Amino acid sequence: MLNRALALSATALLLGGCELRQAMYDQPKYEAYEASDTFDNGLSARQPVEGTIARGQLRLDSHLYEGKVNGELATTLPLELTEDLLKRGQQRYDIFCSPCHDRTGTGNGMIVKRGLKQPPSFHVMRLREAPIGYFFDVITNGFGAMYSYSSRVPIKDRWAIAAYVRALQFSQNAEFDKLPAEDRRQLP
Amino acid sequence: MPQIFGRSFNWFANVSIVGGIAGASLLLGILLNINRLDYVSHVGMPKDQPVPFSHKHHVAGMGIDCRYCHTTVEESAFAGIPPTETCMSCHSLIWTEAPMLEPVRASFRDEMPLQWTRIHDLPDFVYFKHDIHIAQGIGCQTCHGNVDAMPLMWKAQTLNMEWCLECHRAPQDFIRPREEVFNMNWVPPANQSAAGMELVKKYGVQTSQLTDCSVCHL
Repeated sequence: MLNRALALSATALLLGGCELRQAMYDQPKYEAYEASDTFDNGLSARQPVEGTIARGQLRLDSHLYEGKVNGELATTLPLELTEDLLKRGQQRYDIFCSPCHDRTGTGNGMIVKRGLKQPPSFHVMRLREAPIGYFFDVITNGFGAMYSYSSRVPIKDRWAIAAYVRALQFSQNAEFDKLPAEDRRQLP
Repeated sequence: MPQIFGRSFNWFANVSIVGGIAGASLLLGILLNINRLDYVSHVGMPKDQPVPFSHKHHVAGMGIDCRYCHTTVEESAFAGIPPTETCMSCHSLIWTEAPMLEPVRASFRDEMPLQWTRIHDLPDFVYFKHDIHIAQGIGCQTCHGNVDAMPLMWKAQTLNMEWCLECHRAPQDFIRPREEVFNMNWVPPANQSAAGMELVKKYGVQTSQLTDCSVCHL
């Protein structure tokens, strides 16, 4: 009888211990993206109430946030053009754009080779003459087969990419006389 | 009244002393080591997913950067699981009829998120942050293994505390240059410990605090 009581209480202790341990492993709080039974759409993260703007997120500067000045596509960068900005643009371009547009911007990326519709080369006259705000606008809103990248690429990175696209265009169409002397020496 | 335990019970007393200690040690050993088993930590075991997504195909085959989908890995604690929109950026145009991808299309149509089965799930009392590890030169591969060679996702490491501490006690053995963090094919140099020590200094890793409880448990 005593033995049975002992065995029972030992089991209860062990099980209780495991349960407590499990309760600490899975605490009653939401992890990122965890599903919730509380809300109809099953999301634990709530959307802001429609028509409200969070502090610090008022986007009045249409040049910076929409790529437009007085309703026209911007022809200038709203950020200072620095080497760091171009390097950031290159890195982000290689991550987000090169799968289709390829690293030089001719539109022969790996995904295109696997069957996605080929995008135009950045080096055609129409795109070389397009204002820089155009590239920002396409990244933000998508164009043709291309989806919007606004949820993936933050505002400043979009401008960095747009600036880098300009650099790519220049790289394919640079005039000999405008090259620095050391680059000129390397050319036949 | 005769004695309850006769002389012949002496062997039992002797055996039970030795056996009791041995048995208790064995039990303790099992309890302490059970979490090290791959069977318990699920190392190397893929789990059922709504879509058999292949990192091997997308990373090694297509050359897509980790950050194309895991967009917040550099600036937030959570690396980010891509919304269905990211899948559909390509799959609205290629493999559009594949039955395998029907859950993806259904998710996009019905605006209901895909429900993936989590592979790497730390206990809720561990406050892991991706951003700081990325910024201090810890490669994806160090914890996630060669994801570019995984046709289905599995855990490459136990994620046990003793495993975390291996690196927190000696980050110089694991740290890599920041430019190589997303490179799945990086090979540590022969002088990793020395080169790593340079990086630890350069990146300002606070080695004196790395094993404080509060670093991970807040």
